[in-house]
Amino acid sequence: MSFLNNAITGVSLGSIYAIIALGYTMVYGIAKMLNFAHGDVIMVGAYVCFLAMGSLGLPPLAGVLLAVVVCTALGIAIERLAYKPLRSAPSLAVLITAIGVSYLLQNSAQLLWGADTKTFTPIVGTDQESRLWLVPGQLSISYVAILSVVCCVVVMIALALFTGRTKMGKAMRACSEDKGAAQLMGIDVNTTISVTFAIGSALAAIAGVLMCSAYPVLSPTTGSLPGIRAFTAAVFGGIGSIPGALLGGILLGVIETFAKAYISTDLSDAVVFAVLIIVLLVRPAGLMGKYVPEKV
Amino acid sequence: MKKKDLAALLMAGAMCFGLLAGCSNSGDKASGAPASDAGAQESAPGGSQGSGDAVTIKVGGIGPITGDAAQYGTATQWGAEIAVDEINALNGPVKLEFRYEDDTNVADTAVSAYNALKDWAKDAPLVIYGTTTTAPCVAVSAETFNDRYFQLTPSASSPDVVAGKDNVFQMCFTDPYLGTAGAEYLNSKGLGTKYGIIYNNGDPYSTGIAEAFITKAGELGMELVATQTYPDDKTTDYTVQLNACKDAGADVVFLPIYYTPASLILAQAKQMSYAPLFIGGDGMDGMLDMEGFDKSLAEGLLLMTPFSAGAEDERTQSFVKKYQEAHGILPNQFAADGYDCMYAIYEACCELEGLEGMDSAALCDALSAKFGGGEFSVDGLTGKGMTWKDTGEIDKSPLIFKVENGAYVDAQ
Repeated sequence: MSFLNNAITGVSLGSIYAIIALGYTMVYGIAKMLNFAHGDVIMVGAYVCFLAMGSLGLPPLAGVLLAVVVCTALGIAIERLAYKPLRSAPSLAVLITAIGVSYLLQNSAQLLWGADTKTFTPIVGTDQESRLWLVPGQLSISYVAILSVVCCVVVMIALALFTGRTKMGKAMRACSEDKGAAQLMGIDVNTTISVTFAIGSALAAIAGVLMCSAYPVLSPTTGSLPGIRAFTAAVFGGIGSIPGALLGGILLGVIETFAKAYISTDLSDAVVFAVLIIVLLVRPAGLMGKYVPEKV
Repeated sequence: MKKKDLAALLMAGAMCFGLLAGCSNSGDKASGAPASDAGAQESAPGGSQGSGDAVTIKVGGIGPITGDAAQYGTATQWGAEIAVDEINALNGPVKLEFRYEDDTNVADTAVSAYNALKDWAKDAPLVIYGTTTTAPCVAVSAETFNDRYFQLTPSASSPDVVAGKDNVFQMCFTDPYLGTAGAEYLNSKGLGTKYGIIYNNGDPYSTGIAEAFITKAGELGMELVATQTYPDDKTTDYTVQLNACKDAGADVVFLPIYYTPASLILAQAKQMSYAPLFIGGDGMDGMLDMEGFDKSLAEGLLLMTPFSAGAEDERTQSFVKKYQEAHGILPNQFAADGYDCMYAIYEACCELEGLEGMDSAALCDALSAKFGGGEFSVDGLTGKGMTWKDTGEIDKSPLIFKVENGAYVDAQ
């Protein structure tokens, strides 16, 4: 029974990593840049929802929507102001800028909302009643976990359909393959990348709310560690691959939880990253990534 | 092209603003203390103008006011500022000039902050107040020991901070002391039969308390059935650790950790219907004041801390009122330790012979002898008649509180 309990914990933790990883992988797949500020957009989304529900007294759904709107706008603004001017700069410059934006967001959040930790009000209940009991008294799944797994799968399918079936999706895939050639074919590369950031940031807002509902603490650095974990998940699954992000996230959560339960709580991170190294040795592009050998 | 440049410039501007805004935190607050050192310095050599002229001592504080330990650094900064304002309003023989530098809870940043403070205090004797957290404090205390600056830390509680250094003193308990006191308390009160412990093995504070607790529990013959760890305070999922305690049948779980992870542990224990007696150390103080925290989760929680914002005495009440007016939140133990540090420095300086004309090194020797002598005692918010051992550790006893109906109740 404790094995099943641990598996449930692992999947619900993993689904949160997965939903963050989806935003990471989307931006990387299309704009070919690592947006290290993604984790901090998550934090902003969680704060907006927290304040909307707490100070403005809005219902949870309105709070989530407001968080999505604010984060989308923030994502577009960051892209326009910080990344667009560097479109032709070396990728290292963009990477460093992303780290800078991450610190800017963290410190701005601290100035605006203070350094003290806040307790997030979950958007769905977390008490004894708000659980699905599989075996009464022994095995249960919280509604938050169910919600995050469902969200994660829905978002993944929607993203796969969007990039595969729509005109904008086609433009995104074209930009991903070759920005220069896409532009020659009449695709507005800047708009396409802005839309990518808008989608990525909207996902960050949803991830932030779900994460803080499952683990209800909120501080200006809340986003940084899950951001790094999710980045790992995205690489694990194959960065740039949408189903890969989902698979990578869930696997990361499950491995982490099992390592804690059956190997050692001290070594859980070491185990997670050892698995990552082995996977990358065997499949350099990640579990579901496309490995394109360079022709010389 | 033009547009591109403008956007880049705007972004750069925004970032600079962010940086400046971050810094101004310390700058503004520092200037809150009256800057009277120029006058005091000029009149110091004369020395014959009687007690009307106060001697200015510069107090340079270091702690994390940004980053993931920012709540502790800002608390020690704000608590000290209130004390400095009060002390300077006394018009006593000593005035304090206060400045606080950010170390982001990183050891080498703390040393840079210390160097900045040394530059700032070229014209007056300097005392170092800090640092807030243990790892940076160990780095800074090695420097102050060599450079001969007196150092008093509000909250860095590892024995490593003071070990082998005659000039460094602590306002908080050392970690092992708290662990030992915890085990003795549980044993003497007959609380629990099987004990579990969950601690952060990436943090010297938590590990220090935990190891002393485990040793003492062994000596007292207490049955420790589960020893669980987690790697850092950003960990959010504790169900595995709690399951281990639950499966082992622990009816008391000791949590020598800070309140942010502790609040998650309490919430997750409730979700899995596990209700042992939880007991925590001074790092747990502040949980009840977290915005949005469901206080019923902490019902029955025991904690060992030197300070309670709910205490009835006039001095605590006045401090709590000032702190709340200035910052909108209740002060925690860190703020109270910071407040007491300023009074300890002030009262010790007032008792020194020949304070005028002392440089930082002479002041360091005099204050170290004073604090380490065992005679000097201070009344503060975190204890009455507090004295220090010559090792630098403080002598005061923890109060033990129980949370009842969302408030602290004495459980001594």
